[in-house]
Amino acid sequence: MLREGKLRIPSGCAISGIIDRKRNKFNGEEIIKSIALMHDRSNGLGGGFAAYGIYPSYKDFYALHIFYESLSVKAQTENFIKRHFDVEKAESIPTRPVLSIVNIPLIWRYFVRPQAQACVSKDDCVDESDFTSKCVIKINTDYEGAYVFSSGKNMGTFKGVGYPEDIGEFFMLDTYEAHMWTAHGRFPTNTPGWWGGAHPFTILNWSVVHNGEISSYDTNRRFVEMYGYKCTLKTDTEVITYLFDMLVRKHKLPIEKAIKVVSAPFWDDIEREKSEEVKNELKSIRAVYANALVNGPFSIILGYEKGMIALNDRIKLRPLVAAEKGNRIYVASEESAIRIICNNPERVWSPRGGEPVVVLLEGEQE
Amino acid sequence: MSLDFNTPDFEVIRNGNRCIQCKVCVHQCANAVHFYDEEYDVVCVDDSKCVNCHRCVTLCPTKALVIRKYPLEFRENFNWHGKAIKEIYKQSQTGGVLLSSMGNPEPFPIYWDKMLLNASQVTNPSIDPLREPMETKVVIGRKPERLKFDANGKLLTKMPLNIELKVPVMFSAMSYGSISRNAHESLARAAEELGIFYNTGEGGLSKDFYKYGKNTIVQVASGRFGVHKEYLNAGAAIEIKIGQGAKPGIGGHLPGKKVGEDVSATRMIPVGSDAISPAPHHDIYSIEDLRQLIFSLKEATGYKKPVFVKIAAVHNSAAIASGVVRAGADAIVVDGFRGGTGAAPTRVRNNVGIPIELALAAIDQRLREEGIRNYCSLIVAGSIRNSSDVVKAIALGADAVYIGSAAVIALGCHMCHSCSTGKCNWGIATQYPELVKRLNPDIMYKRLVNLISAWNNEIQELLGGMGINAIESLRGNRLMLRGVDLNEKELEVLGIKYAGE
Repeated sequence: MLREGKLRIPSGCAISGIIDRKRNKFNGEEIIKSIALMHDRSNGLGGGFAAYGIYPSYKDFYALHIFYESLSVKAQTENFIKRHFDVEKAESIPTRPVLSIVNIPLIWRYFVRPQAQACVSKDDCVDESDFTSKCVIKINTDYEGAYVFSSGKNMGTFKGVGYPEDIGEFFMLDTYEAHMWTAHGRFPTNTPGWWGGAHPFTILNWSVVHNGEISSYDTNRRFVEMYGYKCTLKTDTEVITYLFDMLVRKHKLPIEKAIKVVSAPFWDDIEREKSEEVKNELKSIRAVYANALVNGPFSIILGYEKGMIALNDRIKLRPLVAAEKGNRIYVASEESAIRIICNNPERVWSPRGGEPVVVLLEGEQE
Repeated sequence: MSLDFNTPDFEVIRNGNRCIQCKVCVHQCANAVHFYDEEYDVVCVDDSKCVNCHRCVTLCPTKALVIRKYPLEFRENFNWHGKAIKEIYKQSQTGGVLLSSMGNPEPFPIYWDKMLLNASQVTNPSIDPLREPMETKVVIGRKPERLKFDANGKLLTKMPLNIELKVPVMFSAMSYGSISRNAHESLARAAEELGIFYNTGEGGLSKDFYKYGKNTIVQVASGRFGVHKEYLNAGAAIEIKIGQGAKPGIGGHLPGKKVGEDVSATRMIPVGSDAISPAPHHDIYSIEDLRQLIFSLKEATGYKKPVFVKIAAVHNSAAIASGVVRAGADAIVVDGFRGGTGAAPTRVRNNVGIPIELALAAIDQRLREEGIRNYCSLIVAGSIRNSSDVVKAIALGADAVYIGSAAVIALGCHMCHSCSTGKCNWGIATQYPELVKRLNPDIMYKRLVNLISAWNNEIQELLGGMGINAIESLRGNRLMLRGVDLNEKELEVLGIKYAGE
């Protein structure tokens, strides 16, 4: 059977996210408890977490988390990394043995900074982040058996094949302190057995956990691939991650406009809009970014350096609940997954289709 | 004059028990197949003139008429079959170029019929268009590379003028002259009611129809018939016709007998003269000349109208389309080799050009590889027969489609392939007043509205089944297609997988 990445596998899922707007940090135990409650929404074939704020002493370095299938590909990849980046630190990511977690790849992380001359010598690389994302895409495309699964600054993802609570235990997430956590439990419809296929998906600081199957996959894929991305995994989540990276980082759209792109208002609603200016803006968004509309059932939680965004498809075909207590906002597939870690939330609501929950960290602006 | 070797194509059979000698068929047949013999007081038939247009069959009050293929067989020969022999009889008799009407009828593969659509099962829900919104609106025209906003989130980018279609289907270019005034009026009124567009073709536009301007695309072809500033400004968009699927490489043909007073005035040519458009535009000998024409037209219309460029699907379409985008076209129209025509040389119609499905797939892919697909809309034509052809075209990468043959069939065309004779019994491809008045635009425009509305419903059903609620999420979504009965190369060009993969 073809490995994931060579074919596309639909999945069902559980998602959960917690953010502290005042950047107070907390370890991974709560998010594990929340995602573990939704055990039956996943089937043991994929689980993962994204954590923001975990590498304060390396906050100016890109943290590359990489799976290797062999020592030889590790050597080749490291050679590539050394030629393009200054490596501040390289280490194997600490894990603890968990009975159910098997077929473990080599798991390494590198704190790196692009070599100054490397950035300018490539004529189409305008900045550090663009250079880094290109290098990540290059490794994932050209180095068979190596897969960069996290590449942001002061953040990291941890994922693999297994139930999410076991993956959390395996990666010792109780030892990491973050101001924002997202989690994912996967229910793929067949057996991918590949660690790279689990969520979250990331590019630079963007991470996405996603419940759903997007029906517009090939439209979205062919659209982002026009702009230099390469969808190596053939998963819906990967393409959503690239869409956001492209819209916000490359096209410099404000985040709320990027949300209007992927979860666009209906034409009928646009026609009802009273302000000509708003109408024109929405029409322009739909016309120019028609192929970036994400269609089909999804609920997603996006993490980035400024905060967290939770979003449903336009007609809410997948569950998503949000809650607020103190400095914290919680989002999850099920309300129970919030209540298990948050007694008496001040507010609980079910966001409407296409209406995002945007939570910015203190001091951040859209 | 030597002996006429031609034999009839069709046999008209009159059931004597049913025929009441009412002479409806005699009055209805412009080809004079039916005639009344006063001496014997009986309605008779001359088979040799019959084109099989079904007018008499449809109108016969007692259903006394049947038309069949003429039961005359040549000795069986796979190579020298009847059609090949008859063509030689015709040409050796007249010395003329064989003329045909409507699209290529030869048995080349029809790729639409070798592609199948997907539907949602379990892992994602299908969407019910009767209960949920289902969007089929598309926006055609040039798009900027990206939108720019200021620090307050205010849109800074000024959008180029685009046109909106409520359904991604338009009526393709059919000139006034090749079709009748009443047919034109039906198309215009239907386009207006449907929120789509019809295309004037290369014959200019009667002033009476300027009122449908916001649903009109005015065409500029190599003959420049009826082109003036007022005309250019009368429509919502302008289309430069470089080529046509039925006859790539040559210009339009309008036989002189279809050029009456009104057609003559609209086209600005003498009554009764053949209107043969030049093969190339005499001001376009290269891609940079095309750019000049595009911008001349934009200058003439104050940059208020998108300019389309229509090309025939030929071997090198992908590279040509790329050049057309770079030349500044707001939309490319690609017309496949099955596209219809009022008149084309038979050899050209049947042997030049390539299938639209392959051309579309190749062009969409090429424009993406060059990163310019999003700048420009892609419209395809050349035998879109039904709503599933529309859906498959969009999944391959089209923004919208044009229909010509399907539209005239809705108006009563029975595909007799005889438009060039000018004696269309259905009042479509004719200028004879007594035939034109058979087509009542008040009634017939509704048939077009019905057709497109029905297709729109079907498109919504198919979209919903795939779990999609906006048609733009289908555009270029080739994973929604699977091939059957195709070889590796065909799958590669179409960019689709085989069924079961």
